Amino acid sequence: MKITVRYFASIREAMGTGSEVLDTSALTLGQLRDELIARDGAAAQVLARGRAVRMALNQVMGDEAAALADGAEVAFFPPVTGG
Amino acid sequence: MSHPRVSIQTHDFDLSAEVARLRAADKRVGAVCSFVGTVRDRNGGADPSVQSMELEHYPGMTEKSIEAMIDEAHKRFDIFGARVVHRVGLLQPLDQIVLVAVTSAHRGESFQACEFLMDYLKTQAPFWKKEQTPQGAHWVDARVSDDAALLRWGISGSNAS
Repeated sequence: MKITVRYFASIREAMGTGSEVLDTSALTLGQLRDELIARDGAAAQVLARGRAVRMALNQVMGDEAAALADGAEVAFFPPVTGG
Repeated sequence: MSHPRVSIQTHDFDLSAEVARLRAADKRVGAVCSFVGTVRDRNGGADPSVQSMELEHYPGMTEKSIEAMIDEAHKRFDIFGARVVHRVGLLQPLDQIVLVAVTSAHRGESFQACEFLMDYLKTQAPFWKKEQTPQGAHWVDARVSDDAALLRWGISGSNAS
C-alpha cells in the first residue's frame, strides 16, 4: 500500500527531506519504523530503537501498534518542545 | 459570528484584543485567565546565549491537537470559552510566543483550565524549537518536568522520556 511519511525538526534534517511517498508492506507504525531503519543509514540512526521518537498516524499521536491503511499519513518527529 | 479558537501564526498577537474578543460582551463571564509565554535569552543556565529561535510545527496536526485539547478542557472544567494563539517561524528574545486565555463564571475554573491547556500543549502539540547561539544552532530538548506537569491532570503522555 501507498502511504505518505512526514518528518519534522531534527529527524527531518537527518532524513534530508520533509516527506516522501512510500510503498510499504508494514502493517503498523512500529513495523514501518523497522522498515525505514533497515532501509538507510540516516533512518537507522535517527529512528533507532531506544531513541525518543514520537509518531503520528493521520495527524493524531500514535503508538507502535497503530494499524496502517492505504493512503495513510504517518509522521516521525522528536519529543515536542512548543509553548 | 464565532471566532476561531486556535491560531497558528507568524505575526504577533495583542493580549487585550484577544481577551476582548473571547469575552465577546458575554455577561455571564466573571473571570478571565490568560497566560502569555515569551522567548527568553537563555535556556536553563544564567548565560544569555540565545540569540533567536526558530519554531517549526506540523501544519494540520497542530491545529487538530489543540482543538482536541480545548474540547477536553471544556469537559473537565466549567468554562465558557478558550483561545490559543501560538507563533511559529523566527522569534527573538522578548517576543511573545504563546497565548492561552480562558473565560468562566468564577476564577477557579479558568485558572485551572488555563494551566491544563498549557501543560497539555507543552507535551502534546507538535511544535519544535531550534535555538541560535554563538556556538551554533541546536534543537531544544524536551523536559521531563513538563511530562510531570501533565501527569498532575491524570494524563500520562510521556513526551520527553
